[in-house]
Amino acid sequence: MEKRVTFKGWLLPMLLLLPQVFITAAFFFYPAGQAIYQSLFIPDPFGLSMQYVGLGNFEYLAKDPYYRASFVTTAVFSGLVTVVSMGMALYLAVLADRLIKGSGTYRTLLIWPYAVAPAVAGVLWLFMFNTRVGVISWYLGLLGYDWNHVLNETEAMGLVVVASSWGRVSYNFLFFLAGLQAIPRSVIEAAAIDGARFWTRFRTIVFPLLSPTTFFLLVVNIVYAFFETFGVIHTITSGGPQQATTILVYKVYKDGFVGQDLGSSAAQSVVLLLVVGLLTVIQFKYIERRVHY
Amino acid sequence: MTARDALAAETAPVNSARIPAEGMVEKRGIGLWFTHAGLILGVIVIFFPIWLAFVASTVSQPEIVRPPMPLLPGDQFLENYTKALFSGVNAPVAWMLFNSLVMALGISLGKIVISLLSAFAIVYFRFPGRKLFFWLIFLTLMLPVEVRIVPTYEVIASFGMLNSYSGLIFPLIASATATFLFRQFFMTVPDELAEAARVDGARPMRFFWDILLPMSRTNMAALFVILFIYGWNQYLWPLLITTDPSMNTIVMGLKQMFPSGDDIADWPVIMATSILAMIPPVIVVISMQKLFIRGLVDSEK
Repeated sequence: MEKRVTFKGWLLPMLLLLPQVFITAAFFFYPAGQAIYQSLFIPDPFGLSMQYVGLGNFEYLAKDPYYRASFVTTAVFSGLVTVVSMGMALYLAVLADRLIKGSGTYRTLLIWPYAVAPAVAGVLWLFMFNTRVGVISWYLGLLGYDWNHVLNETEAMGLVVVASSWGRVSYNFLFFLAGLQAIPRSVIEAAAIDGARFWTRFRTIVFPLLSPTTFFLLVVNIVYAFFETFGVIHTITSGGPQQATTILVYKVYKDGFVGQDLGSSAAQSVVLLLVVGLLTVIQFKYIERRVHY
Repeated sequence: MTARDALAAETAPVNSARIPAEGMVEKRGIGLWFTHAGLILGVIVIFFPIWLAFVASTVSQPEIVRPPMPLLPGDQFLENYTKALFSGVNAPVAWMLFNSLVMALGISLGKIVISLLSAFAIVYFRFPGRKLFFWLIFLTLMLPVEVRIVPTYEVIASFGMLNSYSGLIFPLIASATATFLFRQFFMTVPDELAEAARVDGARPMRFFWDILLPMSRTNMAALFVILFIYGWNQYLWPLLITTDPSMNTIVMGLKQMFPSGDDIADWPVIMATSILAMIPPVIVVISMQKLFIRGLVDSEK
């Protein structure tokens, strides 16, 4: 697509582009290039020079049990966050869609947690489940359940999943509700006249017609869980206990800044880069083919 | 955030033209009550953590450390918020709020300005290298800052921009989402407008100021809402580059308020800070709900 009518000159457009080009070059292309470059080197023991190791860092990562474990952790974590936040959102959206009046009010009440930062959400949930002062952990204790996410890996994972899903429900709810409201009423009423009950209508008509929204949200939520939940993990568990909640992005941070293992951290960045690329490609390739419009 | 925009637009929360008729599918009577009950339950679950944080920010420390804490607000509201705002734990929270505000405004306004300019250049001019620039910018849609933290940190350090506002802002505006959106929008602006401007002898920048900018107002506002929240809620980047407590933003400073080791955290002050940290973005979302939804659809970040 091109404009037919344009202005003359080349100096002005160059000047207009300059700020963006400068910022993109200095803070995007150069660092991204550096990440790729550094992933091929390891620093010598004294940190004085870099030694070229080819794909050595990647081979090392592939064999590293901690890195593999982190991959599994990330997969479990993103899968759970996606399912929990989308499930809750779909449940609320289906209910709100049944209302003739008032769905707008519920929308207002439900969308604003989107504005709460993941790190703040982390602190809120940490407070409720804190082993010493937490309200929910205290009531669980009354019921005879000894909650301790500081020591128990499953509980730690559960807590970061819930805290990460909480604010995300708003986002998913918004898109699900819009998707539901876009389904023609006549189709659903026709099915109802044919005697299809709510659950049958949902399974055979509503859910298939909703699949473009569902697929879109699926990818977006996986990307969210991969990259934007750092704040939740850092505030609640710091990746622990042991490595139980160390997702890939957290490991890049930990190895790069805490462990100062630059080669490995850079190689991990490159792996993440490939993951983002892959998710984007999947989204573009399959969105039209797999889903029902 | 990425090239998902186009897809977001397809699944957009537009106000559909569905007429809310009294059909046979809508529930009435007892079913309607169940629907409301289900939704209210959901709202309560969503609200509960905030309510608890608010209560904790209005009671005293002894009331919290002897669980269970009360579930209704106490009388320490003023004390806790004054303490948080003006002394805090490491730095006064008022400072952190100011830092967050500068960062969020810098990111949202900065990104809008540079994107408007470059989208204008790419759409309305023909010059050598235009295609190349376009693709270079498009490439940046792909890569979140989390992926390139270590080398970006080194760049900021070498520019001497640690513990500075420019260090907080620039790396986060180095992506092309907004440029891409403005380009899409400019492409829909009728050619006749530029034609008329040229016939009238208007210079390009005059066309930009007098015609293009006023037309882009809604897009700019919608983008502003999304970018403001994005900037305000940043965590990892400020954590890396602000080692000086007086440069902390409120969202990252929150975690710094927890003591290391076994000391008990000053929960009332921490919870007051959490509430303060979410007020500005929540106000933005609620007061500009329409623009917010539009911005969410336009750009997924």
